[in-house]
Amino acid sequence: MGRVSTSATDHSPPHAGFAFILKKALLSAFVALVLFSLMIGIRTEAGPTGQLTYWTRFDELAITVAIVFVGSIVIELVRRWLGPSGASELVPARVQNGLAASGRYVAPALLIFTLLVPVIFYRQRYILDLGVLVLTYVMLGWGLNVVVGLAGLLDLGYVAFYAVGAYSYALFATTFGLSFWICLPIAGILASLWGVMLGFPVLRLRGDYLAIVTLAFGEIIRLVIVNWQSLTGGPNGISSIPRPTLFGIPLTPGPNGFAAKLGIAFDPTHRLVFLFYIILAMALITNWVTIRLRGLPIGRAWEALREDEVACRALGINTTTTKLTAFATGALFGGFAGAFFATRQGFISPESFTFQESALVLAIVVLGGMGSQLGVALAALAMIGGFELFRGLEQYRMLVFGVAMVLLMIWRPRGLIGHRAPTVYLKQAQAISSDLVKEGHG
Amino acid sequence: MSEPMSGADHILSVDRLTMRFGGIVAVNALSFEAQRRKITALIGPNGAGKTTVFNCITGFYKPTAGTMRLASGSGPIALERLNDFRISKQAKVARTFQNIRLFPGMTVLENLMVAQHNTLMRASGLTFLGLLGVPSWRAAEKRAIEHATFWLNRIGLYDRADDAAGNLAYGDQRRLEIARAMCTEPTLLCLDEPAAGLNARESAALSELLLSIRAEQGTSILLIEHDMSVVMEISDHVVVMDYGVKIAEGAPNEVRDDPRVIAAYLGADEEEAIAVMESDN
Repeated sequence: MGRVSTSATDHSPPHAGFAFILKKALLSAFVALVLFSLMIGIRTEAGPTGQLTYWTRFDELAITVAIVFVGSIVIELVRRWLGPSGASELVPARVQNGLAASGRYVAPALLIFTLLVPVIFYRQRYILDLGVLVLTYVMLGWGLNVVVGLAGLLDLGYVAFYAVGAYSYALFATTFGLSFWICLPIAGILASLWGVMLGFPVLRLRGDYLAIVTLAFGEIIRLVIVNWQSLTGGPNGISSIPRPTLFGIPLTPGPNGFAAKLGIAFDPTHRLVFLFYIILAMALITNWVTIRLRGLPIGRAWEALREDEVACRALGINTTTTKLTAFATGALFGGFAGAFFATRQGFISPESFTFQESALVLAIVVLGGMGSQLGVALAALAMIGGFELFRGLEQYRMLVFGVAMVLLMIWRPRGLIGHRAPTVYLKQAQAISSDLVKEGHG
Repeated sequence: MSEPMSGADHILSVDRLTMRFGGIVAVNALSFEAQRRKITALIGPNGAGKTTVFNCITGFYKPTAGTMRLASGSGPIALERLNDFRISKQAKVARTFQNIRLFPGMTVLENLMVAQHNTLMRASGLTFLGLLGVPSWRAAEKRAIEHATFWLNRIGLYDRADDAAGNLAYGDQRRLEIARAMCTEPTLLCLDEPAAGLNARESAALSELLLSIRAEQGTSILLIEHDMSVVMEISDHVVVMDYGVKIAEGAPNEVRDDPRVIAAYLGADEEEAIAVMESDN
């Protein structure tokens, strides 16, 4: 996913005329015809007796191909009009600088808004639920950002740590009756240990090979959970996981509950608001720790590792421990998020920890701009929130979503916030262009 | 065998160093010494095995046979037994690369801060004290920035401190890589073709920088170089290699007139070799 190339910059020479545009449009239309002739042109369905019935829809096919043809011409004309510049320059430098400057105010504004969400949307349970979900992914994104964005290690099995965290909490809480606040660090540490265990065998792997092994690791953890029936309950999962308490006060309707103690009427939204602030606090701590780590030698070593591993070794940096700490730190945050997920749902099963989750979190990191904290938060909001926003489109949701992602990657190949902020400066901190920042080779 | 170290003035003693890649012998029983606070040059035609020797000394290759002893305050260190990053961390041998290896997406200052990783790592209490922002860590960070600033002034890049290293001009990148290596406070600095791609003015500035490093920091320097004007001007001792073996060694002017050296360079092209050897006259 990090390899989305900037082929859009491969523009036609400006001197090519109308014939060129027409040729290009015809080619696009032909590709569309081949692609859609089976997808749209023929519709198949199971008949009443189970036999296959099909009928043709040539008019729809013709419309689609015509749209592609006209669209291709329009895109080419728009490109002409914008001049032969690269796609990255579709946005003028002045606007980009403006965006960078306003970025300073985006983060505090976003934070204040997030803090006020439970107040503003107190009556709208759906939005609060969505907010909790978005914040969970913000936290996961920030955790994976340490591994992928800073250290440049492509991890496709991040969901494994999420699962370890969730199951650690679920098992400790249901077996020993430990509270959420005691289990949270345990879940994080266990996930972190698994991070180190994954780290050891993959130390010598780079790039694609690393990605495949981490992908396999994620699947192994899931399969172990599915098959270890006696411990994890297998596909049935673990249910009745205890909810978090506020200093030992449960948020339940009973006489010892939070509402009864305060002398107010019980409202199930109390717990939702409570969960919202827990995940917000956890995400903010993740963010604070990551920002602090970036300014410390370990964080700088992670980024140096992404830039050039050989040079790191020549400077006396232990690349083994540097990689392992990156995996462990990322896994720690993943484990925390997992424990929160378990306590929020009250029920977990292996279905929640499929590869799709890893891919989603990785997409958030890549779309956000690898290494950028604000970018990851915005991407999580766009991905999870946007996914809900398109719910009305039903089966076209994935299509619209996919197109939006492709367009975003063409517009900003290095993510929403591609600039890298320096960790230390003498006179003035200048954003570093994404052209110079490496993506890492694993 | 006799002790190759004949006195305390040798910072590095390489003894019968051999490196084989499959059936190819890249370096064959090479022995030489680098003197403390001196500049030793390793020269030879392309493919002579110079960079292989460097990679053995700096731990990137594990030599097939032979020993490399580095003199240090606490007795000689066997470089062939140390792993890659420990050569820099424990033996204090720093290196630069033939094709520059900076961290292009990090600023010039950050590059120099990364070089002080081990010092800063200790000061940050393996990250934990640094995370809490204890005063001793803040002081250590300030010292590291001052150290980096010192080297920025030395290489004349103070004004570019907050620019991305990848945005620097080629010659500046070369100097920054040397400064970054010096920020690890090495006892032996290994430079792999530091003058490659530099123009005459930049080469002269480089010679000046290396001489000042030797004089002021007292760092011993081992360099591979093709630019004979640089080699002849600054080196105290020259070792000439061809086909993995040492064919001559001595003071620059002795080596230049050595018939074996001329013959080695003649192997490629007679007139070119003479031109190379006499270019600085």
